[in-house]
Amino acid sequence: MIETGPLLVMAILFVPLGSAALLALFPDGRLTGQLNTLASFFTLLASASLFRIRPDPSQFLIVDDVNIVFIVLNTFVAFTTSVFSASYIAHEVETGRLTPTYLRFYHAMYQTLMFAMNLALLANNVGLMWVAVELATLTTVLMVGLYRTPAALEAAWKYFILGSVGIALALFGTIMVYLAASAVVGEGLNAMAWNVLVRHADAFDPHLLNLAFVFLLLGYGTKVGLVPLHAWLPDAHAEGPTPISAVLSGLLLNVALFAVLRFKMVMSANSGALAPGPLMVTLGLLSVLYAAFMLYRCHDIKRMFAYSSIEHMGIITFAFGMGGALANFAGLLHMTYHSLTKSAIFFSVGHIAQVKGTQNMAEIRGLTVSHPLLGWGLVLGAMAIVGLPPMGIFMTEFLIITSTFARQPVLAVALVIGLLVALGALLLRLNGLAFGAPHGKEAPSQASFVPMFAHLTLVLAAGIYLPPALVNWFQHVARLLG
Amino acid sequence: MDHLSLDVAHMFAGGLVLVSFMLLYQDRMFGLLNIFALHAVVVSLSVAWQAYIQFAPHLYITAAIALVVKAIIIPVALHRIIVRLGIHRTIETVGGIGLTMLAGIGLVALSIMVMLPITAEAGTLTREDLAFSLAVILLGLLMMISRRNAISQIIGFMSIENGLILAATAAKGMPLVVEISVAFSILVALTVIGIFLFRIRERFDTVDVYELERFRGGHP
Repeated sequence: MIETGPLLVMAILFVPLGSAALLALFPDGRLTGQLNTLASFFTLLASASLFRIRPDPSQFLIVDDVNIVFIVLNTFVAFTTSVFSASYIAHEVETGRLTPTYLRFYHAMYQTLMFAMNLALLANNVGLMWVAVELATLTTVLMVGLYRTPAALEAAWKYFILGSVGIALALFGTIMVYLAASAVVGEGLNAMAWNVLVRHADAFDPHLLNLAFVFLLLGYGTKVGLVPLHAWLPDAHAEGPTPISAVLSGLLLNVALFAVLRFKMVMSANSGALAPGPLMVTLGLLSVLYAAFMLYRCHDIKRMFAYSSIEHMGIITFAFGMGGALANFAGLLHMTYHSLTKSAIFFSVGHIAQVKGTQNMAEIRGLTVSHPLLGWGLVLGAMAIVGLPPMGIFMTEFLIITSTFARQPVLAVALVIGLLVALGALLLRLNGLAFGAPHGKEAPSQASFVPMFAHLTLVLAAGIYLPPALVNWFQHVARLLG
Repeated sequence: MDHLSLDVAHMFAGGLVLVSFMLLYQDRMFGLLNIFALHAVVVSLSVAWQAYIQFAPHLYITAAIALVVKAIIIPVALHRIIVRLGIHRTIETVGGIGLTMLAGIGLVALSIMVMLPITAEAGTLTREDLAFSLAVILLGLLMMISRRNAISQIIGFMSIENGLILAATAAKGMPLVVEISVAFSILVALTVIGIFLFRIRERFDTVDVYELERFRGGHP
């Protein structure tokens, strides 16, 4: 009998990879979107069944309590985004912004990106994870430059250079970790395996780990979009196709953060090493404050929500930096809600930009009047993302702030200021976008509203009632994160 | 390990730092390409020597990749691109060369001071190679910051990559080095293709990244 566990893991990796190859060869435009959705759906099924059947870790791949949350979230948002992408891309082809060749390329890259992200999450080897993150960077660079406009090329180039430098720094950190580990567990693959690293971390040379963590935090932190390493992020979000903005914000930033978290677990398991918390808290707080003020200066709607992503990644990094069961729990939940909400927002923003023919916020007005479903979707999404009750983000932000207040009141005050400033900016803009007399083109949109409202419903439902089983699960993971 | 093999390894790693400095003060485009080819040759010699003294035959593959891809194919390709695009032949720098060199010296001192104390328990070879490779990485970063043109930034990035390969081979018995160097080569190849395919010149009439900045949409 063949064991199902390893088979599932293989499915999560090779369904995207195989369909990427298939989609690259497939000429018909209409069908490719559906094929893309179908492949994402099978990947989601395979990852969801990991809850029931868990394979034993091998030398290269692992499924444990920590990464399973990330994998399921990743494949879920990948699936809903592919539904959105099908209708978004159909419109782009109709208007002639994308040619059939680029369409094939786009779908192939979409699945390659899913493969890379799933591999990064499943990897039980620091080197393999690095290669996967690099592959994810490459595919997103290509997608950001898809439209070939000067602005898109510039965004892709900037992302490329900053992303590659970040990746290079992360590799140096990875080599240092290997060096620290190989002195204890011996040379070879063992010294790069997560489960081995965490078990033996206490015996590692703390100085080597310290230096390694600085490089890893800066390297993967560039991909998380932490200030001051964030410069690529707003451009990449604003200029690429909107499904990619949704995937970047909702998933890729999480994958990079996951890498940081894994190394943080190694660091905290070593008693002599520098506490990783203060570094992460500083970068997180800086990101929140910087992004909150930058929100007032945005004119482009996608750029504004990109800054909001920087702010939220800052909040999450801050929470994990504070550490402790409660803050970790809130950080994990916040990450989940942010992925769902932000991708929902990008779903609606994508269609809005298509019907209005612009991303400039000054030219978009009165959406709730002209396009009620899109407009109210955006309003709901924005209310969720700024943390108004009863949405889920309100609860997690509340938890982060209260748990910080108990330990470091000053930091909590700074965080609250950042959150309020961001709330002001987004509500100010939202008022102009959603209400008042409609302005600009009023063509009806042929949008698929299901993914957007599915995400928003989930966030709303989770804010009101979170099943105890889920709470227990997240609490368990939070304790593991230390 | 006998003294001779240590000394040779030391020579190659130190040579790499020297060549990094040469990259730093080179102000002509073709000169920069030639020096970079030299950088790649030195790193491939260094890796091959490590393969020999560590009895790690798979590292020869890494050395061969470095030699073929980075010392031959990429410089030739970049050479053609520069000719085809007719990019101005001298490179504008941010800040004077003297200042950049001073900063570079500071970075080398910094990396030695950082690396040597914390790797006290590792072997001599590993310690020195790691210190040198950190120096090469920092010098590459400095080069990327101090040059305004896209080609020099790529060369700066590739010199960082060479430093990383040196570090990876110095960490004795590290698995996946070959795979990582292949992944890196793809990254670099794509950058080079990127300049050409994205036709930066055609769109912008320059590869000067300061000019590219004009196109950023709606940024403050």
